[in-house]
Amino acid sequence: MAAKTLTIDGKQISAFEGATLLQAAEEAGIKIPTLCHMEGVYDVSACRLCLVEVAGVSKLLPACTTRVSEGMEVTTDSERLRKYRRMILELLFAERNHVCAVCVSNGHCELQTLAWTHGMDHVRFDYRSPRWEVDNTHPRYGMDHNRCILCTRCVRACWHIEGAGTKNVSGRGVNSRIISDLNQPWGSSDTCTSCGKCVDACPTGALFSRGSSVGEMEHDRQKLEFIVTAREKKQWIA
Amino acid sequence: MSFLDLDEWLIDLAAAAEIVYSPVMDIKEYPENVDVVLVEGAIANEDHVEMMRRVRKNTKIVVAFGDCAVTGNVTAMRNPLGDPENVLQRAYKDAADVAPQFPLEPGIVPKLTPRVTPVHELVPVEVFLPGCPPPAARIKLLLEQVLAGKSAQLTGANIKFG
Repeated sequence: MAAKTLTIDGKQISAFEGATLLQAAEEAGIKIPTLCHMEGVYDVSACRLCLVEVAGVSKLLPACTTRVSEGMEVTTDSERLRKYRRMILELLFAERNHVCAVCVSNGHCELQTLAWTHGMDHVRFDYRSPRWEVDNTHPRYGMDHNRCILCTRCVRACWHIEGAGTKNVSGRGVNSRIISDLNQPWGSSDTCTSCGKCVDACPTGALFSRGSSVGEMEHDRQKLEFIVTAREKKQWIA
Repeated sequence: MSFLDLDEWLIDLAAAAEIVYSPVMDIKEYPENVDVVLVEGAIANEDHVEMMRRVRKNTKIVVAFGDCAVTGNVTAMRNPLGDPENVLQRAYKDAADVAPQFPLEPGIVPKLTPRVTPVHELVPVEVFLPGCPPPAARIKLLLEQVLAGKSAQLTGANIKFG
């Protein structure tokens, strides 16, 4: 495979052709914030948190789906990027009903952690406070749409790691929501294998094991990465 | 309550600041020319709106103290239900064992606002102190900055919600 040379934050690096900017940066030890990205499944650039600046391109590009090219000059941290990342996080908080204090994922939430690591001490936008249901029909797991950020990690884990194809997205814009099978109660799904990979994939408290109380829900994302590495590389690295 | 976790530092604080108003003090009117105010809770009824406007007018530095003041938090969980009447219906009629009725005492029981909002949605706020409750160390850090006359600003894990 041919190699490409480029600069990320002034650092000269080389990456395999076809690698994403996110992979190249990670290889070089440069951390780009992500939310909808998850090791083991393909990227969809849904959350826009990994936006970076590329010299010569006026718009910002998502690092998770932008491929490296020869001579690229990439900036992963700037005043402009920090401003947009914080704004994205504030909009995510304003969009649905995120109440950290009483959430099952309090203290283990990727959204909550990103908020404070990006200087979000309050949300400048008016909260939309939409009315969303909680699907508690599955015997083992629950889905609280109030806490969903539509990253679609559960959908990708369900289709591409488990291969069940239960989870999907229905609707458009602010009315989008995660559904099971043909938009029916999760508990009545014929395809769900109850494997729990969607729950482990969830960055917030939207998907949880039933019976978990405030702060008790810890998602085991490493398990998904482990399965995929074992399957694709035949390496059983825990 | 988290404020009381400041323990003996409260004695130092009492020496450094003159406490001019609090819900547990025998003073009815919020005074004028206040340097710093710590506002707990969200804006949920008309008394809050009136009080907060007066507080803003008479105070140099307004601190939104805790998640309810900063985000609306649990108190704002009624917002998805829409009209406050729906909330009252659920609490005082549907769930009532005896004498289901809305609390109605004009002049005593304030009317609920259509939505519960964070303080900064009503008036400008200088400093945000998130946390539910904010840990004592976080409160102390912020108050030390305020007492030192610096522009107070929390960073890192000290602005974590929840």
